[in-house]
Amino acid sequence: MSGPTATRTNPVTATRRARIGDRVTAAGRGAVLFLLTLPAMAAFGAVVLAMALMSVGIGLLLVPPAIIVLRRVADQRRRLAHAWQGIEVPSPYRPEPAEHRGGAAARVRHCLSVLRDPATWRDLLWSITDPVIGAALALLPIALILEGIYGFVITALWGPLTQAGLRDWYLFVHVTPANAGTAWATSAIGAALVVAGLGCAPALLRVNGRWARLLLAPTAAATMARRVQHLTETRADAVDTNAAELRRIERDLHDGAQSRLVVMGMNLNAAARLLERDPETARNLLLEARDSSAKALTEIRDLVRGIHPPVLADRGLVDAVRALALDSALPVEVRADPVGRLEAPLEAAAYFAIAEVLTNAAKHSRAERVRIEIHHGDGVLRMAVTDDGIGGASISAGTGLRGIERRLATFDGIIAVSSPHGGPTVVTMELPCASSSPKTSTSSGTA
Amino acid sequence: MRVVLAEDLYLLRDGMTRLLQAYDFEIVAAVDNGPDLLQALVREKPDVAVVDVRMPPTFTDEGLQAALRARREVPGLPVLVLSQYVEQLYARELLADGKGAVGYLLKDRVFDSDQFVDAVRRVAGGGTVVDPEVIAKLLTHNQRKGPLSDLTPREREVLSLMAEGRSNAAIAERLVITERAISKYTSNIFAKLGLPPSDDDNRRVLAVIAYLQA
Repeated sequence: MSGPTATRTNPVTATRRARIGDRVTAAGRGAVLFLLTLPAMAAFGAVVLAMALMSVGIGLLLVPPAIIVLRRVADQRRRLAHAWQGIEVPSPYRPEPAEHRGGAAARVRHCLSVLRDPATWRDLLWSITDPVIGAALALLPIALILEGIYGFVITALWGPLTQAGLRDWYLFVHVTPANAGTAWATSAIGAALVVAGLGCAPALLRVNGRWARLLLAPTAAATMARRVQHLTETRADAVDTNAAELRRIERDLHDGAQSRLVVMGMNLNAAARLLERDPETARNLLLEARDSSAKALTEIRDLVRGIHPPVLADRGLVDAVRALALDSALPVEVRADPVGRLEAPLEAAAYFAIAEVLTNAAKHSRAERVRIEIHHGDGVLRMAVTDDGIGGASISAGTGLRGIERRLATFDGIIAVSSPHGGPTVVTMELPCASSSPKTSTSSGTA
Repeated sequence: MRVVLAEDLYLLRDGMTRLLQAYDFEIVAAVDNGPDLLQALVREKPDVAVVDVRMPPTFTDEGLQAALRARREVPGLPVLVLSQYVEQLYARELLADGKGAVGYLLKDRVFDSDQFVDAVRRVAGGGTVVDPEVIAKLLTHNQRKGPLSDLTPREREVLSLMAEGRSNAAIAERLVITERAISKYTSNIFAKLGLPPSDDDNRRVLAVIAYLQA
């Protein structure tokens, strides 16, 4: 069957077989989706009951859990729409207010906020209409196929079936053993039904997916509201981070280079006064001034590195990460696509994110080696930092990863951490971006 | 000794010109951007070039790029690169062709004019001079495996001083041991790094490269 000759001589048959397989799968998925309308109905019943009980107070406690059940069912349908029907249905719910674990007043507030979310009502509408519309769409192919198969069965097993008390009619054909023509008719009709069922299965599955999206996806207004909220939050974060950064720079300059320059000026002044009277002391003061200037330079250099690393400015992200890898206390392997130059703020965000993850790995993971991968394509910059350490890292546990998450969010970037206990830890980050053309050779540039 | 000087800040260029002239160097060209530097290097083929990394037109690593390119056209052209910051990545790139006659120093090192001029002469003579700050960063990786793991701590110390461009005599003075002891260490280092006998200068360059790439 799977011999090389068969595949070589019959490629058409092979693809047809695959296609029939897909159709059978589609019909099977329809059957599963049909069964899933049962929990949807149950959830609808639970929510409606809880709402009815709100008038006697206890409903206030029952509505939120009932709605959580409903949301679970709806989320399951969203996942399946993505996995089986290739239709992305984003979750539409408003983010939960953080403080709903409180007294009775907080519970009431929480209950009301859930009820005020339009997505709740759309879910509810879906849960009562899907058992009709979705179920019909899901059931039709598999019903046709089963009925078709029954056509063959009734012909073959007429005797036992009628004795068991089943009708001897197949659709509009009266099946009798005396009439040989009916055997042909039932087989032909059965075959036609199976073909029809398989034929419409993929299309109906897609239609069913679109139907699910119609009610389960967020409305345009909800999407927009979310976007606005996201932008507001990330803007506030960005402004805060920026302000904190400026304060740090100001403090570093004030305590460091600035005060050293003051000391230098004093030393030089004293040296000038002592030049003739006490040349030896003057000489020492001058040497001290020289050392001060060297220290001031070192401090400014470190400060600059923290603001914008020179290699990043010179060469862009990949070389800057390579330089970072060379400076790391751990052996770091860098695998990178030629990324070209990105927009400066984005480049810096990506660089500092990787730098922070690397620092985390060096500090906490007890890793032996680290691998950094940078991949750029389809308008997305993907970065992965993998270490072979002890694992157990999570965004919620440390402030470091949370900080990266916030800073990446400003650029609509995301971070994901996979770090089982015992390792390995993989931190994946994605930033949407379009790169400008790679830096052209430096000497041909025009000033 | 004929020198090409590249530095875009007028004050620094002027100061370094005077410094080098005071030590009897002849400045054959003093330029302030990458393209001019490349031209001057290829045209003048100086005994040594002193080059600032960051220059117009891009204000990135223009000077380094010009120096690397000139060395591809004129192999082994002695170049001392100066920068406000030092990066291992750039040190490796400069040393990668294995020809030596390369220096990479922080600009601050100009403060100590004797030492600076010594570094210029050393590079002109085919040696390698790597800034102590680059070396210091390398020392943090002493856990790593590789050819260097066979070296004793003392041999490592000698190798790091070698990378800074010091002669055996200078290393002996620094470590307060005899020069003969140092040459014993150096031949041990060469043997452990698998460097075949050849002229000492070349092996020093190769040893430093091995050191930087560990």
